[in-house]
Amino acid sequence: MEEKHLKPLSSVKAGETVTLVSINAGQALNSRLASMGLVPNVELTVVNNRHPGPFVISVKDCKMMLGKGISHKIMVL
Amino acid sequence: MKKITAAIAGNPNSGKTTIFNMLTGARQHVGNYPGVTVEKKEGLCKYKGYEITAVDLPGTYSLTAYSIEELVARNFIIDEQVDVVVDIVDASNIERNLYLATQLIEMNVPLVLAFNMSDIANRKGLVFNLEQLSELLEALIVPTIGNKGKGKVELLDAVIATVEQGKVKRTHRISYGEEIEDELAKIETIVNDNEGQLTEKYSCRWLAIKLLEEDQDITSKVKSQEVFDVAKGGAEHIKDIFGDEPEIIMADRRYGFISGACQETIKSTVESRHSRSDMIDAIVTNRMLGLPIFLILMYLVFQLTFTIGTYPMSWLEQLFGWAGRAIAGLWPMASEHWFKSLLIDGIIGGVGGVVAFLPNILLLFLAIAILEDTGYMARAAFIMDRIMHKIGLHGKSFIPMLIGFGCSVPAIMGTRILENRRNRFTTIMVMPLMSCGARLTIYTLIIPAFFAEKWRGPMLWLIYLIGIALAIISAKVLRVTILKGETTSFVMELPPYRMPTPKGICIHAWQRGWLYLKKAGTIILAISIILWAAMSYPKPRPESLTGLNSQQAQQVKLAYSVAGRIGRTIEPALKPLGFDWKIGTALIGATAAKEVFVSHLGIVYAVGSAKEGLQTLREQLQANYTPLTGFCIMLFCLISTPCVATIAMTKMETHSWSWAILQFAVLTVVAYAITFIVYQIGSFLTG
Repeated sequence: MEEKHLKPLSSVKAGETVTLVSINAGQALNSRLASMGLVPNVELTVVNNRHPGPFVISVKDCKMMLGKGISHKIMVL
Repeated sequence: MKKITAAIAGNPNSGKTTIFNMLTGARQHVGNYPGVTVEKKEGLCKYKGYEITAVDLPGTYSLTAYSIEELVARNFIIDEQVDVVVDIVDASNIERNLYLATQLIEMNVPLVLAFNMSDIANRKGLVFNLEQLSELLEALIVPTIGNKGKGKVELLDAVIATVEQGKVKRTHRISYGEEIEDELAKIETIVNDNEGQLTEKYSCRWLAIKLLEEDQDITSKVKSQEVFDVAKGGAEHIKDIFGDEPEIIMADRRYGFISGACQETIKSTVESRHSRSDMIDAIVTNRMLGLPIFLILMYLVFQLTFTIGTYPMSWLEQLFGWAGRAIAGLWPMASEHWFKSLLIDGIIGGVGGVVAFLPNILLLFLAIAILEDTGYMARAAFIMDRIMHKIGLHGKSFIPMLIGFGCSVPAIMGTRILENRRNRFTTIMVMPLMSCGARLTIYTLIIPAFFAEKWRGPMLWLIYLIGIALAIISAKVLRVTILKGETTSFVMELPPYRMPTPKGICIHAWQRGWLYLKKAGTIILAISIILWAAMSYPKPRPESLTGLNSQQAQQVKLAYSVAGRIGRTIEPALKPLGFDWKIGTALIGATAAKEVFVSHLGIVYAVGSAKEGLQTLREQLQANYTPLTGFCIMLFCLISTPCVATIAMTKMETHSWSWAILQFAVLTVVAYAITFIVYQIGSFLTG
């Protein structure tokens, strides 16, 4: 199995499941994402990651679309 | 009869509005929360000796102070001292939805949970032990199926039982772990000692939580420096220990509490999730198919709004025509009584003008409701976001802007689908630059009069493109000046696809229609009557009309009226644009409605505006003006002076006259400047 290392969510391929470590998108957005279930240690699956196009993740059984900019700011393992 | 207030809270897409509609029926009052452009819906429901006022709070994921919607919801619950909060929870997506419930529990308000869409949850194989969950959350839980109207009586019973019980001391509370609890205890003590005013309204624990989270609203309300320092120190301490903001750690703990509660009480028997939605998404957000599907759907929305809309519009026109004739019958045929004219041309004409937009608005909101309730709107926003983002607008702005090509009035109202104020206001402000259907009548008059057959198509395209280009430029300018601010970084839930309910959609459309009549209708009517008076008075002496045919008489009357005089007065100002007083007078009429330009030009040239008149009018224009002037007329009409209905709509949707006046003034100035430059350069080149 590939060794896991910290990386931005934007680099995760579709279909992979990763664990959230931290988000650094400014207080307001951090809070918004946290209230939507993006808290540390949560597992999330990348549903769609292609250029160009919506970045879609699935977390706690619901699908969310993220802007490309945000996906760079979310660090995962 | 006892009166109680119930606030309906819930996540976006939790079916909150469906439950609200189920409880209150169609008798709802739509307004705004004081001071903000967040829509507030209220409805009444009578049950077992109680008169329940249900208030639909904005759909939120949380109750922080970061977004205006969340702050409004939170303040409403606290300031209005609501008797009970009904939290609508999407039972098929329980963990995320219960997050809001944890916030309400912390506020210690009497709470009822409606587990909505419980049928979908069951189909997904979720089995709830509601009794146990209810004990853990210390709130009554009622399963509901909003779109089938199930669970209404049970929900109302739970609401009344909770109200009768009143506020209770909760035994369970979310534990944030030792370090955070220590800080909370410190803050709680000091708040209790120093902030008498705040603790009257809020509980000490809730204040402590919000202060540790560095909530802007609550922090700004704190008066004692000591409290402020302790809270700040606590937050710094937590950051040191966990390496993350307290707010995030606390959100994590709340989710931990939810997971714990759910693990004990919810069993999942089937492991299939989102299957149908995934399949639909694979098609509609497909790289190749996504955009074409979106464009086809938009074409259908446009057709529904305007093509089908022409039928009820023509019925309304006939109705008003008939009413006008019926009233005219009360006077002798040739009577020129002022009251007859006021009634028929002023009032009936004005009311007719107001009501004429109603079919478009109803149909547009019918279409929008379908797009939103099915869940497609979220996808549409994303598909268009990449393009619209470049102009500083939201993906969803595309929809109202497209509608703007039909008519600005429903389009401006359609910007309600945009949550962000800056996006919404920018879209409203540039809306008049989309060439609406009424301006098309001006183009179709002018273009054939001045341009050869083969240039007519390209000319029309050019005018439309100029409008679009100016809209893009204006939006960009607005976004870096008065509507500056980050373009909302995009986070959006993709709700599962659902079947909308006809009742819900109809209520939605009707509310918008009614709001339009009540709010914008009155303004439009008032300005229409003023404009009618300006175009009819003062009247020339009857003897000056003798010997003229009816068209010539109309011409003399218009020239003699206030509008005609203003047209003459501003002629020197219009000369550098290539316009004379005749065009000036017609332009003044065009502020009532753009298509009036054509009929007024018909009057000043004494040719009438009927079909045969139109051809003669074109000949007249050809004889009197150059093609350059023709082009300048179109350019000026495209950019300048939105019609009164648009102004009224902008006022209603921005809640301020200043935006409406700004829009009017800036567009007129820009129109003048651009037309001036084009005419001057044009006449220089053509010698």
